[in-house]
This record gives sequence, C-alpha cells and structure tokens, in this order.
Amino acid sequence: MLTTHNPPDSLDRPEAKSRADAARRAFSGRPRKATSGEGGLAALLVSPTLLVLAIVVLYPTIVALKDSFYGTPGLDPKTGFVRDHDPFVGLDNYTGIFGAAGDRFWNAFWNTTFLTVTTVALETVLGVAMALIMHRALRGRAVVRASILVPWAIPTAVTGLLWRWIFNSDGVANTLIGRQILWTTEGFHAKAAVIIADVWKTAPFIGLLVLAGLQVISKEVYEAARMDGAGVLRQFWSITLPLVKPALLVAVLFRTLDALRMFDLPYILIGAQKTSVETLSMLAQDQAANVRFGPAAAYAVILFVYVFLIALAFVRLLGTDLVPRRRTEVPA
Amino acid sequence: MTSTTVHPAVRRALLWLGVAAVVAYCLAPFYWMLVSSLRRTSDIFDNSLFPSRISFENYRAVLDPSQEFGRALLNSLVVAGITTVCALLLATFTAYAMARLEFRCKRFVLTLIIATSMFPVVSIVVPLLKMFVGFGWINTYQAMIVPSMSFTLPLAVWNLTAFFRQMPDELEHAAMIDGCTRGQAFRKVIIPLAAPGIFTTAIITFIAAWNEFLIALSMTNKPDIQTAPVAISKFAGATRFETPFGSQMAAGVLVTVPLVVVVLLFQRRIVAGLTAGAAK
Repeated sequence: MLTTHNPPDSLDRPEAKSRADAARRAFSGRPRKATSGEGGLAALLVSPTLLVLAIVVLYPTIVALKDSFYGTPGLDPKTGFVRDHDPFVGLDNYTGIFGAAGDRFWNAFWNTTFLTVTTVALETVLGVAMALIMHRALRGRAVVRASILVPWAIPTAVTGLLWRWIFNSDGVANTLIGRQILWTTEGFHAKAAVIIADVWKTAPFIGLLVLAGLQVISKEVYEAARMDGAGVLRQFWSITLPLVKPALLVAVLFRTLDALRMFDLPYILIGAQKTSVETLSMLAQDQAANVRFGPAAAYAVILFVYVFLIALAFVRLLGTDLVPRRRTEVPA
Repeated sequence: MTSTTVHPAVRRALLWLGVAAVVAYCLAPFYWMLVSSLRRTSDIFDNSLFPSRISFENYRAVLDPSQEFGRALLNSLVVAGITTVCALLLATFTAYAMARLEFRCKRFVLTLIIATSMFPVVSIVVPLLKMFVGFGWINTYQAMIVPSMSFTLPLAVWNLTAFFRQMPDELEHAAMIDGCTRGQAFRKVIIPLAAPGIFTTAIITFIAAWNEFLIALSMTNKPDIQTAPVAISKFAGATRFETPFGSQMAAGVLVTVPLVVVVLLFQRRIVAGLTAGAAK
C-alpha cells in the first residue's frame, strides 16, 4: 500500500527514505530512534499534564507533610492567650497517634488492612471464576458483559445505600437467611456487610480484566496440553494461571491500592466514627472535617506511606509491570 | 478426546447455570433497588419479588423541589462534565506523546502519571480542604473539580495511550509524506480516527468523576452545591427514627440509570477501554 501509488521515477530521496523507514518499522515493530525534535515536542505535550498533577497531587502532599508538624489554633497552654495561627508542634501529632490516640489509629489501621486483604482475596477468586465461565460461554456474551458492567457503573455511594437497605434488620438479607442480624450495628457483622458489598461491586471488574487476559491465550496451547494428557485442573494451573498472571497482577495491584483508601462504602453502609469499620481514610477525613488539620495531615501522610510501601512491594516482589514494555496489539 | 468423563449435555447445562449465576449475582441487588423504589411506603418491607402494587410515590418524593435533588443532579453533571472535558483535553496531547513519540524517561513519566491515580484521595483532600478554606472556595464547583483532576487525568492518559498505541504508525506517516506537518497529521488524521477511543475514555472518565464521593463530601456543607452521591447519602426522613428507604432507592435509581443506559449502549467499547491497559 505504501509503495503502489507513485511511479518509481518520481521518488525523491528523503521521501523514499522515510517511506522505507516506515515500512521497515511496520515490519519489525521496533520503536524508532529518539530524535531531538521529538523530545522537544514531547516535552511540550506532556508538561501540561505534569504541571496539573504537580499542583493537585505533589504540592498538597508536601503541604500535608508540613501540616502534620503543626497543631490546631486555640488556647496556648503556655501563655493562656488565643492563637490565630497553627503552632509548630514537631512530631507531636505522630507521637500522639502512636500514644494517646493510638487505640483509634491502630483500630483503623487493622480495619483497613483486614478489609483490604479479605475483599481483594475474595474478589480475585470470584473474579477468576467469573472470567472462566464467561470465557467458556459462547452464547449470551453480550448479556453477561452488560450485566457485569452494572455493579461497576453504580456509584459507590449508591452501592452503600443499596446494601444498607438489603442489610436492614427487616430487610431481604435477614429474610433470606431466616435470622435477625443487626448488620449495620457495631460488631464483626458490620465488617462482613462491608466485605460482601465491596466484593459484589468489584469482583465483576476483576473478572472483566482476567477475561481480557484469557482471550489472548491461543487455543493451540490447550490443544497441545490435552494431547499430552493434561486434565482440566492441570491445564488451569499450568497454562491459564501463568498466562493470565500479568493481567491478574495488575488488576490485584489496582484493587489493593483502591481498597487501602476505602471510604465511601463503610461511611454510608455503616456510618462515620464506627469502630468496627473505621478505615484510615475515614479517620483522616473525620479529623479534617473537625478542623483538626494537624492530626488529619499526619494520618494522611501515614496512609500515603502505607500505600506507597505496598505498591513498592508489588512492583519489587511480584514484578508487576504497570506499563506495557513493547507496543502490542490488543485483541478486538 | 476430552479428559473429563462428563457428558457434553451435562457440561453445557453446568455452563448455562454458571452464566445464569454470574448474571444473577451482578443484577440481583440492582433489581432489588429498582423493585423497592416502586413499592408504596406502606409495603416497603414486603420483601416480595415483585411489588404488590407499583407506585411512583417515592419518585415524586425525591423529585419534590424541597429535596433539591434535581439541583444535586445538575451539580453532579457540572462537576463531572467540566472535570471530564479538562482531563480529556490535557490527556489527549500527553497520550499522543506517550504512544507516538520517543523521548527520554518515557516509561518513567508514564509510570509516574499512572501511579498518581492510585494515590489515596484523602491524602490530598486534607491539605486542599485547609487551603480552600483559606481561598474561600468551600461550596464552589472548582473546589470539587480541581481535586478530581488528580484521579481522572491519570485514568484518561492511561486509557488514551492504549488507544493511540493500537493505531498503525503508517497512517500518520502517509499523511506526513503527503505534506502534512505533524500537527496537521495529528489534527486531521489521528484525532478523527481516535474519536471512538476518545469517546470511550470520556465515558469512563465521566463515570469515575460522577461517582466521586470523598472530595464532594469534604468540600461542601450546603445542600444547594452538593453532588448527587453526597445528597443521597444525606437523605434523611422527617424523623430520625424513620429512614425513607423507598425514597433512597428511588434516588439511587435516578443517579444510576443514566450510567447504566450509557454502559448498555457502549458496553463493547467500554470493555475494550477498561481492559486495554491490562491485556498486553
């Protein structure tokens, strides 16, 4: 297609060269060499995004770090006068978190960790199961795909409200199990309610990502395995899982980091300041809403560090790769 | 030869059962919201599969001007709409550079941008809340739009980069050989061809912005500026003891139905967009 139109005598040098380059590139699929002109253009195109992210993410993070070393204005305990600026308190907010306010912090920390581990584990298992079913289903794919997008599209706030209604003391959940559980009161059942609602909302999403990974595995691999006498389970462990692992790991990483900042669902489903389900995000937001910016900033910084460490662990230990290394085609 | 001894018909039946289970799992709670919203207040606790008598009283209650719910929907539309337009505008250029140009530290920059989207939102809400109090920005649209860029912009860049990568290089080169500058090739060839991808990214970004709760909750304290998710979370009955479940479900349906309709119309594209980055 590239070489049909012009008769050979009309080819001037640079045109022919770039055309040959293009053809070679199209053939080999290798990225072209960097040129200085592209670098300048790239800087021009990328810098607005980086600038905006620096303003809305980087700068607030630095401010949060600074704020976490300051207290709240009020009566100065030393002089008895009212201060109108935030006093510098050094590490007091942090020592407070691990000391006086320690119970609430550690409770929120363990809630966050527990909810993250359980929801992500359940979502992964359920998501993979859903993907396997969808992959096998030949008819009705459009219906399945449409219905699987519904939980994803429903706002988390609405999800919280919906499940609070389902988990109402006279609601359908209790009718179905024939028990009278006060799901939305303090206790382990509150955690269970949050986990069930969260798994409902996000397992289909993981299923979708895993399904995309399944669809790129060629049928021949399975046929070859079957010829060699591999059973269904063996095929799953030795072929399916290793081959969807990259897609699955990215999905699990995204979900884990998303679960660590969980806020909407416990906030609406159970309520604010509930010990059973208070997460680090809820704790930080609660402090900020009550104008205790110093401690709020300290909680925010701790959550940030926690999320960062988990992300680092994923990338280092499991080799999760966020950005595809080579240009590859995505199946339609 | 299959390795299992299960009869094909049995296997087909099991598969159908599995598919039905997946569909039921995804849709049952949504169906319950819909059914509950159509019940009368007097039989809201019926727990029957169909309402004994369909009633729209919950919808009338929600849309009553005193609830200001229409206003909340409008606020959501403004905030999510402006956020989407701003994010798409910046992301299109950046994603083009990521997919089409070679420059130093490209992988690092792209990883950095994507990593921002996983940032805990509360970590920026806390300092921004304090700053916006100082600016007098509390209860304004910009106080919700600006922080929303922190997660919509990386999402849009990620999605669009995947879309631009799928387009063959030759198109652009052909245009440039025919005398277009890179800018013209971008405007006249790439953008029109990438339109479906940009549109899909817009939908995904809009849904993310529409569903945002923490920022909208923290930056507002007046009912007339609240977005729909915040408004429904605060839906309370006339008394503290009587939660208006019917109205809450009706409000939930009203907030969700536009999204579900869009999702059903463009399901194929949305799935392609959501999985573009994952399926390498």
